[in-house]
Amino acid sequence: MPWSRPQMAERLAREFQDGWIVNLGVGMPTLITDVPMGDKEITFHAENGVIGFGPVAPEGQEDIHLVDASRRYVTLPPGAAIVDHADSFALIRSGRIDVTVLGTYEAAANRDFANWKVKGSKGGVIGGAMDLAACAKNVFLMMEHRTRDGSPRLLAQCSLPVTARGRVNLVVTELGLFEPTGTAFKVRELAPGVTMDEVRAATGAPVTE
Amino acid sequence: MARRSKVVADFDAAVAGIEDGSTIAFGGFALPGSPFNLTAALLRQGAKRLVCVGNTTGGPRKPRNPDIGMLVENGQVAKVICSFTAAPRASDVLPFTPYYERGEVDAETVPQGTLAERLRAAGAGVPAFYTPAGVGTELAEGRETRVINGREYLLEYALPCDVALLRCYQADEAGNLRFRRAQRNFGPIMAMASKLVIVEVEEPILPAGAIDPDDVHTPGILVHRLVHIPPAPAAIWPTLKETR
Repeated sequence: MPWSRPQMAERLAREFQDGWIVNLGVGMPTLITDVPMGDKEITFHAENGVIGFGPVAPEGQEDIHLVDASRRYVTLPPGAAIVDHADSFALIRSGRIDVTVLGTYEAAANRDFANWKVKGSKGGVIGGAMDLAACAKNVFLMMEHRTRDGSPRLLAQCSLPVTARGRVNLVVTELGLFEPTGTAFKVRELAPGVTMDEVRAATGAPVTE
Repeated sequence: MARRSKVVADFDAAVAGIEDGSTIAFGGFALPGSPFNLTAALLRQGAKRLVCVGNTTGGPRKPRNPDIGMLVENGQVAKVICSFTAAPRASDVLPFTPYYERGEVDAETVPQGTLAERLRAAGAGVPAFYTPAGVGTELAEGRETRVINGREYLLEYALPCDVALLRCYQADEAGNLRFRRAQRNFGPIMAMASKLVIVEVEEPILPAGAIDPDDVHTPGILVHRLVHIPPAPAAIWPTLKETR
């Protein structure tokens, strides 16, 4: 059974260390705010300057002035703080973010990834991804293993324009948790019932145990 | 001591005199801080060949609020400088996109932190800076980079603006601004980067001194025109359901 998206979020969050400051990209990574962190103290940072935000607000208790970087109406538990955009990205650029979790179109064994521009698009969807990818201490990707037509999204090298080069530490997909080593994807864990052969068939780069 | 009032009567008075060819910074990240009423007034005012600076061009969400994309549709824009120049979902199309694809509007796609720092640098009198964001990507092709302490950085220039259009929670008659929650985002740095700062204010304009000096996010010396936002439906007050 491949992992569901909440299971992917839960598996990736297990890699967070106590005390980490975590930035979550748009889409799948936002599921991580629903994962119980147990005894670990985790602080969520959003590009729009919200530091230490909490879960999404229950319906009827949203604050019109308070969104995270994915436009979700979140909450501010005790200890939260607000800064402006320049200070928020100063925190990113100066290496204060322990991990950024980003969604992506492609991840490569050479530790590049591509998540800002699709084929044939004149414009791009960069947001904070290039700053985060270049400067966070760790870059984790959360993605589907294949495209809708079944082509691999995990490749030896990206086919789309890259977001950053050589920055990816970990990749979680519905099939498992993988570490790009430069030349291959090393399996850290497979989802229950998923075989190495299945992963190899679905991956456009060497896969090692 | 005499103090000239910065409060103007309405949104149209607030955007009066914005010239063709101006570079305009639009505050806001999603709904919080977005100057919808001033943008609506700029659509009526009609200044042309504008360079529009903001996080996104707006859209494709519905109902649409006045945004850079509407100024594009209105034939007022020469160029946009944004961190999003395509729709986050590949299946969506921004209102701005067909104009960009036909070459009627130019665009510069900038990493969000670089956009923020280019504004901060302009407001701080710093002409350029080096950043690691974008190194090794298509954005860095043909541009100046430099290795400092063993790491490669990309040269980025300050982004001074003629006008900033902002929305904030509270202001006093001296022009001191206080934002609320995530509304702050680009507001303070766009005010620093711009020669003419125009602000739509959610609460009634307070007497000078009503905001404690320690709580001022943007000092009044940077702010030129304030308009109090009248209640809906006379003015735009976005509601929660618009981003749900």
